[in-house]
Amino acid sequence: MNMNATTPKLSIRNLYKIFGTDPKAMLPHVQAGIGKPELLARHKHVLGLEDINVDMYAGKITVIMGLSGSGKSTLIRHLNRLIEPTAGEILLDGADVTRLSHDELRKLRQSRMSMVFQKFALLPHRTVLDNTALAPTIRGEPGAGTRESARRWLERVGLEGYEQHYPHQLSGGMQQRVGIARALCSEAEIMLMDEAFSALDPIIRTDMQALLLELQRELHKTIIFITHDLDEALRLADHLVVLKDGRIVQQGEPQEIILKPADEYIENFVRDINRARVLRVRSVMAATGGTDGHDRIDANATLEDALERAQGAADHVFDVTDGGCVVGTLAMTDLFKALVPRHARQEDAGGS
Amino acid sequence: MTTYSGLFEAFGLKGWCEAGSSGGPVSMAELLAKTTGKAAETNLWDTPFPSLDALHGACGAVPRTRELTAGIERLFLGIKDPLKTVLDPLTQPLSWAIDGALWAILVLPWWIVIPIFLAVVQFAARSGRITGFVASVLLMLAFVDHYDFAMQTLAIILVCTVICVLFGVPIGIAMARNDRLQRSVIPVLDMLQTLPTFVYLIPLIFLFSVTESKLYGIAIILYAIVPAIRLTDLGIRLVDRDVLEAAEAFGMSQRQKLFGVQIPLALPNIMAGVNQTIMMSLAMVVIASLVSAPGLGALVLRGINKLELGVGIVAGLAIVMLAIVLDRVTKAALAQVNLATKH
Repeated sequence: MNMNATTPKLSIRNLYKIFGTDPKAMLPHVQAGIGKPELLARHKHVLGLEDINVDMYAGKITVIMGLSGSGKSTLIRHLNRLIEPTAGEILLDGADVTRLSHDELRKLRQSRMSMVFQKFALLPHRTVLDNTALAPTIRGEPGAGTRESARRWLERVGLEGYEQHYPHQLSGGMQQRVGIARALCSEAEIMLMDEAFSALDPIIRTDMQALLLELQRELHKTIIFITHDLDEALRLADHLVVLKDGRIVQQGEPQEIILKPADEYIENFVRDINRARVLRVRSVMAATGGTDGHDRIDANATLEDALERAQGAADHVFDVTDGGCVVGTLAMTDLFKALVPRHARQEDAGGS
Repeated sequence: MTTYSGLFEAFGLKGWCEAGSSGGPVSMAELLAKTTGKAAETNLWDTPFPSLDALHGACGAVPRTRELTAGIERLFLGIKDPLKTVLDPLTQPLSWAIDGALWAILVLPWWIVIPIFLAVVQFAARSGRITGFVASVLLMLAFVDHYDFAMQTLAIILVCTVICVLFGVPIGIAMARNDRLQRSVIPVLDMLQTLPTFVYLIPLIFLFSVTESKLYGIAIILYAIVPAIRLTDLGIRLVDRDVLEAAEAFGMSQRQKLFGVQIPLALPNIMAGVNQTIMMSLAMVVIASLVSAPGLGALVLRGINKLELGVGIVAGLAIVMLAIVLDRVTKAALAQVNLATKH
């Protein structure tokens, strides 16, 4: 586990993607700092991704968030090379995915990376069970064992009894459950999820997020999740990457991004969220150890919990505990400050 | 001298004209001019269009239009023999297939052929109503002594359709995968579809003897293969891109994608193409009676040639019945396929 914490499972290094007739020739221009609109106007090429560097750790959920057109779907498709990069490396356990031969790439897709799609993309002419067993079937492992594991995964996502149905007979949420079961059935260590829940109703979406988190607690997959929904990103992310116009604006722990937005764009993004419900005590506390018999509160409690516990008292101070030991103190005044969105520039001025 | 003589003189080409003058056959107009003794001098109103023939009148070196058609004919006769040595063995299996089918369908007694036919219909269409309809049509045709002719027509259509599918579906798949191939094949398909059906027969008559069944076999296949190719191409191209991407993301090979995803999902379109191919084979097999194709078409031709009105009309109606049968059966089979792939 310690190894995993220090070396990323999957890492993207200096990745560029330029769309057009001669992308390679445009690369020097882009590296020299020509902007997206200028590249389009002067050279008729579209800048898809620019100098992307992300580390994704084993057993963690990395969420890549951005509005439509920000290049997030393009980015996730580079990981299993559904789209070829113009330049850069994608290192999986240190080996460069971009250098794999055609056959090696197919092996990788069959057994090391699975994918869940926004529009489910189930095979309409195969049963739910056959759809779930897709990856082992492609690998050439048909038979009772495969069917049994497919049945088990279907049960795990709550679809027992639907094995012999066809996808069009299921609702959207159920189809995406099949999509997830299909990805899990490949037993791949990495799961790519491309706006997997965006096509679902809000309530179903919340259910599916809960399902994913529950599965993740058990399976510890390395998940790369694409979304345009900040609430979803904050709920799922261990590591959050915010993408705009093909560039990374900010990446880090979600709490960090909310408390210290890098620029105006992120500020606008995080302005409307319910900070009390998203922020955790550990992100706001002062890491001083002094204890004098105050109320105790868990480091992972939300600020909303703390407010409720303090019952409105503005001078309350909590001792923050993590796994039984006191790790810091939380003064209500700090809590109130954290609830007000701060501007990036003021933050800088105040910090210096 | 004619209207355009002055033109050639003005350009100083008189010498070239006289040197090139071959003194070919004299045209009727020249002959008339000679006999009446009048020069073919004309006023502005009667100025002829400067066509090859008119220019030839003024300058012997300009070829006449008849040279053009004669040239094409010479060209064709020139390549005919090498072409024939290549095409003859290649197409010989077609003759065997058609002759074999024609022989088999007539040598088997009607009480075996009709039940087999109905069993196939029932298997394909899964509808008692349609099987009953087909049975009544077949029995009716047999009752008015058109059984042999109808069966010959059916045998030819069957062989040609099988060959169309065998070649058309792979060509369509190749086209769907390769845009350049598609761009180059589509004009050929357009030409095959717009060329008047009689025109097909002209070069074939040169190449093959009229007694060979492959002559009309080729004509039917060229005409009827077009929808099979087009709709296969269309069907493969219409396969949901998201589903294909998923197939790719899970590491399917080209082959697995083709047989596991593209063809199954394109099947309704391919079957619609087969339906069209069958109907076009039927249309062509009637025309092909001009080059000795047996069957109901031959009866229609007899009706025209000998002014046997009744024979022609009865055979024509029989063709209509056959067309309805084939269309209903293939449409019902198509509906079955649709049902199976929608699932």
